[in-house]
Amino acid sequence: MNEMSNKWIGKNTIRPDGAEKVTGRAEYAADTTMPGMVWGKVLRSPYPHAKIKSINVEKAQSLKGVYSIATSKDCVDFPIDSPVILGIQDMRWMSRNVLAKEKVLFHGHPVAAVAAKTEEIAQKACELIEVDYEVLPWAIEIDDAIKGDAPILHDFIKHNNKSSNIAGTLEHSKGNIEKGFKEADVIIEKNFETAAVHQGYLETHACLVSVAPDDKMVIWSSSQGQFMVRAMTSYITGVPQSNIRAIPAEIGGGFGGKTIVYLEPVAAILSKKSGRPVKMVMTREEVMRASGPTSASKSTVKIGVKNDGKITAAKGIFYLQAGAFPGSPIRGAAGCCLAPYEVPNAHTIGFDVVSNRSKVAAYRAPGAPIGAYAVECVLDELAEAIKMCPLEFRLKNAAKEGTQAVHGPKYPKMGYLETVQAALVHPHYKLPLQKFQGRGVASGFWFNAGGESCAQVNITEDGNVVVTTGHPDIGGSRASIANITAELLGIDVGRVSVLIGDTATIGYSNLTGGSRVLFASAMVVTESTNEVINILKERAAQIWDIDKDAIDWENGEARPAGANAGKFKPLSLAEIADKATPTGGPIGAGHQVNTVGAEGGFATHICDVEVDVELGIARVIRYTAVQDVGKAIHPAYVEGQLQGGVAQGIGWALNEEYIYDNKGHLDNPGFLDYRIPVCSDLPMIDTVLVEVPNPKHPQGVRGVGEVPIVPPLAAIANAIYNALGKRFYSLPMSPPKVLERLEEN
Amino acid sequence: MIQGTFLTPNTIDEAVKFFSSSEGSVKLLAGGTDLLVQIRNGFTKPDKIIDIKNIRELQEIIDNGNGSFTVGAAVSGASLAEHNKFGKNWPGVLEALRLIGSEQIQGRASLGGNLCNASPAGDSVPALIASGALAKVHGPNGIRSIPVEKINLGPGKTNLQKGEIVTQFDFPDREPSSSDSYLRMIPRTEMDIAVVGCAVNISMDGDKCIDARIALGAVAPTALLVDQAAKIIIGSKLEDDVLNEAAKACQNACKPIDDKRGTITYRKKVSGVLFKRAIQIAKERALKV
Ligand SMILES: Cc1cc2nc3c(=O)[nH]c(=O)nc-3n(C[C@H](O)[C@H](O)[C@H](O)COP(=O)(O)OP(=O)(O)OC[C@H]3O[C@@H](n4cnc5c(N)ncnc54)[C@H](O)[C@@H]3O)c2cc1C
Repeated sequence: MNEMSNKWIGKNTIRPDGAEKVTGRAEYAADTTMPGMVWGKVLRSPYPHAKIKSINVEKAQSLKGVYSIATSKDCVDFPIDSPVILGIQDMRWMSRNVLAKEKVLFHGHPVAAVAAKTEEIAQKACELIEVDYEVLPWAIEIDDAIKGDAPILHDFIKHNNKSSNIAGTLEHSKGNIEKGFKEADVIIEKNFETAAVHQGYLETHACLVSVAPDDKMVIWSSSQGQFMVRAMTSYITGVPQSNIRAIPAEIGGGFGGKTIVYLEPVAAILSKKSGRPVKMVMTREEVMRASGPTSASKSTVKIGVKNDGKITAAKGIFYLQAGAFPGSPIRGAAGCCLAPYEVPNAHTIGFDVVSNRSKVAAYRAPGAPIGAYAVECVLDELAEAIKMCPLEFRLKNAAKEGTQAVHGPKYPKMGYLETVQAALVHPHYKLPLQKFQGRGVASGFWFNAGGESCAQVNITEDGNVVVTTGHPDIGGSRASIANITAELLGIDVGRVSVLIGDTATIGYSNLTGGSRVLFASAMVVTESTNEVINILKERAAQIWDIDKDAIDWENGEARPAGANAGKFKPLSLAEIADKATPTGGPIGAGHQVNTVGAEGGFATHICDVEVDVELGIARVIRYTAVQDVGKAIHPAYVEGQLQGGVAQGIGWALNEEYIYDNKGHLDNPGFLDYRIPVCSDLPMIDTVLVEVPNPKHPQGVRGVGEVPIVPPLAAIANAIYNALGKRFYSLPMSPPKVLERLEEN
Repeated sequence: MIQGTFLTPNTIDEAVKFFSSSEGSVKLLAGGTDLLVQIRNGFTKPDKIIDIKNIRELQEIIDNGNGSFTVGAAVSGASLAEHNKFGKNWPGVLEALRLIGSEQIQGRASLGGNLCNASPAGDSVPALIASGALAKVHGPNGIRSIPVEKINLGPGKTNLQKGEIVTQFDFPDREPSSSDSYLRMIPRTEMDIAVVGCAVNISMDGDKCIDARIALGAVAPTALLVDQAAKIIIGSKLEDDVLNEAAKACQNACKPIDDKRGTITYRKKVSGVLFKRAIQIAKERALKV
């Protein structure tokens, strides 16, 4: 496709969900109701760690207005010591996270649930459930969980042949690090810590589930994957997938946090037992206490360089909290941290640590910001030690096409180098700074993903287009798919409607995660649209009674070509659609593919901060995010993704943290004391979209949604150092911490 | 959700009668921006709510001349900001009230609610204390006038008796060359709760400070009037060493706690910093009047 001739690809077309959202018409999960519906509420553990000896629901059951009660006894019984893998999740953990079985493993862990006429009655009934607990010692922080006499969460999990809270490790090696460090002129090794942070989506988890007497189930819920909801609910309840129809609602933010289920299987059990549709809506406090934040971490990074700036060796050790069940994103930390660089000798290792906190869930480039934070801060120190500009230093070590990455692959064409070059020449990088202001830079990488996607492209009887895909639109996929379809068909984008199908109306599509959606769905939509174009040409050939190959599709119409050129008046899409029935029936095509070739994304950020040195408040005053976005199909949405990632990174770096009290309870389960940034905390976040098209994609698309949260933690830490001459090795860099540091010496 | 009675009296007498004669748990509602949140969180479950914002006296803003005002306890931040004179005379009180919440909250949040909610961190309370305002309290036994700093006893506790309602705040006459200011430390730029708040109200004679009231919020169980600091600066020309000494007095007056919002050391340190910044603002304002 010729770049210059693009009419819709690369244009900021009007977002298809805009009018519905701003006029309050868009339906979110909590907006759904059904006749006869009742309300579900969850009883949660008052302890961070305890054995469940018995649960007595008699009193609750006999409360007037109570319809049904669910406990783990109603779930499929997965033995705790054998894996039940579904994608990157394990259903034996998922079922125990949804309803605790042998033990409660964190404060807020669901123990039972009640469906009742009103939320108040359900709540009251929860209070009447008698649970006999044997309270156990608990561990919240990583150090407490990995020390010798730590209380063990899962006895059968072994590390070095001993029961342990270290549930797994992941390693990457390249070359010989001993040799590499020997070659280095300067070596810097530092320890870092980050706090657990929540995705902070505005819409809390919600669902409505209706199980009919014939066991057919309909689920309306807010998630990042209706097929994920169907599969997990099927596993946990034992109802076959063919009996479950999962309908995706509009979603009020997910950022990875809605890639697993919390409520749907519980509501399904309550509905099945009561014969009533059951609605459940979490409060913000429940979201904070019991849905996944991402891991807190502890890491050690050591990097050696030659005086000329060449990296000779790098080593990274990352401990990540998983919460109550194994599965922290150690792959993101150990795998992404060195990805932007050509490192001849490297070893990275991640440790998956369980402790008595809520199970972590994916959060935008899971694990990658943690790894990049440590590596990019050490690189900043090295650049300073060898007196090199930190961007020049990165340029010198930049990975390029052909580089063997530490995490495995040999890179195809990719644009890391271009992001550093663009940052170097950006006016921001040269702006003068005032007193107590500082500038920092950092880079970052995210794998991106492909995977299963389906699409159906149908031509309506009046000659317009309806495209159905199978993943919830969180970042602009509908607008981008409309752009691509309109471009391929040569018609006005306003004639294309893009819908998200439910599990009964479109084939299996993997969830919205890993920055995969536009990459994957553009592939299947392109194939489907090209097939539709072929059909349209065939129909025109029939109408004109000439050979199909003698027809071109151009500008939304079939034109006779070659020897027939000019012989017939071109047939528009509408004219062909009008004759669809006599020429062979409805026109449409669908494709279902396991997409491959999702290449990684790279970014380099420049950040300026200003510190109020009397109060310890650091504020970001200027920010530029440069990213290789492959091809920006809808630039405004791409820019929005970059800005959103940076905004969340700023919160992570400066203020957000899970704070626990001495009883093992989360002490700040709400937006008052869990401080995500508000608008006035942020500067205008400038973006530079570098476009190095992904050679393995028809439109050159790379995932763009996750990379932008990777560099900010280090960019901000480096900027604060530049402003104050003091380095911070632990996040968040909140005012009391900054002031304390400033008062030292 | 609440099940119970919702009363909307139109006069003070009616309100006092309802309030003093009610059995069980009864709550006054002005803007409701604290109360509704507390009900939703389950902190309080009133059987009866008495909505006092329809009472004329509680919505009035009266200009008594000489910079003195009488402001209804239920007047919202947005309404007070629209008054053409109040903010010129009491910019510190107004800016403190205006810091509360967001645009939406400002349409409802009141001085009376902020004070009687008795949070140690209420933003308008230090400013009210520094202003020297008196709270007019109507109750079954009549009317009393109490200095604002005497109303709160501790977190969530006031010394209001059964049936008593704060109806109005009486702000004193303004001396020439006098003004006030309020600053708070929050980690965010808005929509946050004060880690420390500091209000300063001063009168100047040329470059000499002839009167002052200084109050701190969020550093003790209630907002504090810091007489010691005021004593140090009265009579001075607000020289650096005087201000440093007064800042120390502010720090010493703090009895803060270590919690998720800030450490003792941090709060003490910050109270001195805010005092020094707030007094500069108040002084500049005073010299302009
Ligand atoms: C999103 C949000 C942000 C907020 N931000 C801030 C902030 O930045 N700073 C801050 O200080 N506060 C903040 N608040 C808290 C609240 O808005 C303020 O305390 C506000 O001033 C309360 O006023 P109100 O009229 O709404 O009080 P209400 O909720 O009506 O009342 C509060 C309490 O005082 C009692 N009461 C009310 N009026 C009287 C009276 N006249 N006599 C006796 N008792 C009375 C009520 O019974 C109740 O117990 C915020 C609240 C929200 C929801």
